[in-house]
Amino acid sequence: MQQAVPATGFAAFRYVWGIRLRLWGQGLREFLWQLSRHPTALLGLAVVVLYALAAIFADRIVPYNPLLGDLNLRLLPPAWEKGGDPRFLLGTDLQGRDLLSRIIYGARISLLVGIVTVTISATVGVILGTITGYYRGWLDDVISRLADLLMAFPLLIFAIGVMAMMGPGFRNLILALTFKSWVEFFRLVRGEMLSEKTKEYVEAAKAVGQSDLAIIASEMLPNIFHSVMVLATLRLGEMIIAEASLSFLGLGIQPPTPAWGSMVSDGRSYLTTAWWVSTLPGLAILVLVLSINLFGEGLRDILDPRLKIE
Amino acid sequence: MADETAVCKEEEALLPAQEKRARAREREVPVLELEGLSTVFPTRRGTVEAVTGLSLRLYRGQILGLVGESGCGKSMTMLSILRLVPYPGQIIAGEVRLEGRDLLKLPMREMRHIRGKEIAMIFQDPMTTLNPVFRIGDQIRESLRIHGILDERRWLPDRTRRRREWEKAVELLREVGIPMPEEAVYRYPHEYSGGMQQRALIAIALSCEPKVLLADEPTTALDVTVQAQIMDLLRRINRDHQTSIILVTHNLHLAAEFCEEIAVMYAGRIVEQGPTADVIRDPKHPYTQGLLECIPRIGGERRQLHPIPGNVPDLIDLPPGCAFAPRCPHFQEGCLGHALPLKVISPGRLVRCILYY
Amino acid sequence: MRAVKVLERILITIPIMLGVATIVFLFMRLTPGDPVDIMMGEAGFVSEGEIENLRREFHLDKPLWQQWLLFVGGALRGNLGNSYTQKQPVAALIAERLPATVELALGALLFALIIAVPIGILSAVKQYSLIDRLSMAGAFVGISLPAFWLGIMAILIFSVKLKWLPVAGRIDYQAGLKVITGFYVLDSLLTGNTQALVSSLKHLVLPSASLGAAMAAIVARVLRSSMVEVLRQDYITLARAKGQHEFWVVMRHALRNALIPTVTVVGLQTGVLLGGNMIVETVFGWPGLGRLAVSAIYARDFPLVQGVVMVYAFTYVAANLLVDILYTYLNPKITF
Repeated sequence: MQQAVPATGFAAFRYVWGIRLRLWGQGLREFLWQLSRHPTALLGLAVVVLYALAAIFADRIVPYNPLLGDLNLRLLPPAWEKGGDPRFLLGTDLQGRDLLSRIIYGARISLLVGIVTVTISATVGVILGTITGYYRGWLDDVISRLADLLMAFPLLIFAIGVMAMMGPGFRNLILALTFKSWVEFFRLVRGEMLSEKTKEYVEAAKAVGQSDLAIIASEMLPNIFHSVMVLATLRLGEMIIAEASLSFLGLGIQPPTPAWGSMVSDGRSYLTTAWWVSTLPGLAILVLVLSINLFGEGLRDILDPRLKIE
Repeated sequence: MADETAVCKEEEALLPAQEKRARAREREVPVLELEGLSTVFPTRRGTVEAVTGLSLRLYRGQILGLVGESGCGKSMTMLSILRLVPYPGQIIAGEVRLEGRDLLKLPMREMRHIRGKEIAMIFQDPMTTLNPVFRIGDQIRESLRIHGILDERRWLPDRTRRRREWEKAVELLREVGIPMPEEAVYRYPHEYSGGMQQRALIAIALSCEPKVLLADEPTTALDVTVQAQIMDLLRRINRDHQTSIILVTHNLHLAAEFCEEIAVMYAGRIVEQGPTADVIRDPKHPYTQGLLECIPRIGGERRQLHPIPGNVPDLIDLPPGCAFAPRCPHFQEGCLGHALPLKVISPGRLVRCILYY
Repeated sequence: MRAVKVLERILITIPIMLGVATIVFLFMRLTPGDPVDIMMGEAGFVSEGEIENLRREFHLDKPLWQQWLLFVGGALRGNLGNSYTQKQPVAALIAERLPATVELALGALLFALIIAVPIGILSAVKQYSLIDRLSMAGAFVGISLPAFWLGIMAILIFSVKLKWLPVAGRIDYQAGLKVITGFYVLDSLLTGNTQALVSSLKHLVLPSASLGAAMAAIVARVLRSSMVEVLRQDYITLARAKGQHEFWVVMRHALRNALIPTVTVVGLQTGVLLGGNMIVETVFGWPGLGRLAVSAIYARDFPLVQGVVMVYAFTYVAANLLVDILYTYLNPKITF
């Protein structure tokens, strides 16, 4: 005899979500399989994971203290160059600090800023976008106008303006970057909400008597999830570059905390004699952002190649 | 037994008009002739044989219908004539003769002279076939300019020539029945209705007075009432300009109403051909019979519709022999042997089926 | 008909500009800390009277809404206040540096378009060919590059190692250029000073390339994907069926359509151009608005920062407006 499907109460909830999780698990496995067919995306992911691990375990893997330098050993070239010291693989900077250690620590800052910024922006954008997209009304008008206005500022200009007013530092940096970035997520989610709202399954759910929150959470968000993920990945690289640019100008992370941008800036004065001080941190940025973008593109191909997000 | 084709002249006068025309035509040189045309598409799964050994004759002023379901290769045949087969497809065999010249051997430069001028084509969905960023008049003028239609006196200054181009465009729009052509010529495609767009496309096709018009499902995307208008227009053009028309369609009734001769295609080959009345009244090939069986007819006796069982075959690596065999009610041994050529069972009447051998 | 649409677009930007000015204004006023304190921070012991004077001078003693009115009113008349540190009107300082920045921005735009458009078209026409793959790979790297690092690497390679191009600045003083418009390239042409022309162009190359690289990469990608999409369309087949030469099929029929979404992206990317402007100017010691902004920020010179940010924002809005107008000409289908 076939097992009866529970109709109400907690049993029903558990049943439905049991199916959902199983489908989700299948979806996940399908996703991973698709991912394995995209070697470039996998490469990107692998490199990002490498960076992340380096950042997390920085304390343990770093050969030297990134903040303390031996003035006798300053401006040593990388180990493979003439005059290089195998103890300092990537050379040292003006204050005799090991470049490799500083770069590894720099990963911490960049990844942290990038991930926190994107997460907050995405969250704020999704929440506001969902509410305005679904309920419309005066809130929609106000926030949309605000979003339009914020879009009138280029990201870096806005961030610089904010940093100028509030001063440099980690917290202000995140604030500055987030304040402009949420708009893109907001627009994306709102747009998708508006188009999803007209689809039939929403009507069907309402006809069955589901509450608004349930409809949003269980029916509409999963569809929007894909686009948000793709956008988040694509913007992560942008945030990291923005942080580096601000640090380069001296408006971001302040010394002595190692940040790739400020390291590049430090090396400018002796570019002719010690090229590695500016080049190598910048290379670290390039490789990280490149990998993120590779993964993001792969993600976009897998989740929805028709998404036009640039 | 007397050869059926050797009938003396006196008896000829008594034959039905269509057959008379068919015999008369046999003595003419066809304006367009396809012989053994084969077009394939290499794909990852295998080679798609879109068109196989297709032979066709089109005479001056004739309207020929090419009928078949979607995917049978009729559109690809049309594109092959103009050598517009999209990559990675290519024409691998056969000849396409326009008044004796083999088009497939022409250098591209000369082929471009043929396209639009000697042979013009109109497509299925006029909304997507017209370039949305150019005005209708501009698109007509482009055809005129490409083929130097108004160029006879080269010393004419640009402005005069431009004015004449616009005038000609208005004239063409009027001929295809677009109201207020003087204004319509400055409009953009999206400002036209579907029927108007198709008329505009026909105007573009006519601009250089082609000998042959390839009409690929010109009315499929349109409403039924508009369909009739467009078909009337094509008929008028055929009559007034003696333009030969190949009408490609999946609608057998449309072909029956409009064409003098019908060729039925299946899986890249022609399976039956003949004067329309003959083919409709007395279909020889089982596929044609099946097609007629499964089309409802208003006004006729009430009968049961019999859809043809099975599906259209995948055109990749077709098995040897008749492609229709798996679905054929008259299937017999020998159908899946080697492919049979078309057999002439009476003048102008051809069938490709073992039943007639 | 079109003129009406264009006018509409222009009118809509006015409230946007107002909003932008307001946001900038609010930011200045609502940040924590007394601006006077911040200004005076370095000066040491200052008398009460001087503080009061300062407050009055910068209208800080009036209620917020009055300050806003004064600010907006002044801005409309071209008065953006006075710089704290340089004791000159902000507007004058900006006007002085503006041509340099505009020259750089135009150089970058030109660089980006000259590279991106042919590559985008070629990659689409010869899809999956070697040139396509290489270009797209290059474009991909281009969008992952930090502009400041690219600039420094460019200096390292072309100025330091190869010594082909100068390191910094806009022009060699020895060229003796007589400045008329502030656009050195234009001025050297106007005064017939070939040495100055060569010098200014040489100085322009690397900064333009560094600034324009990211934009070039994005435009190339977008153009390619639009072209690929367009080349698949039926009207392209019709164009060929009309007997049109392949070159014109691509350049007339396809490109016109493909430019439509591309132009939008170009508009958005000018924002990146403006932002990166500050960085590139700093890297190359380019005496423009960007460097002015950076030094103003260091000096906590609020009115100057405010003025510069506003100019940048306005430029961005104006650029997008231009793009919108261009769009209405390219795409006959849109209705407002």
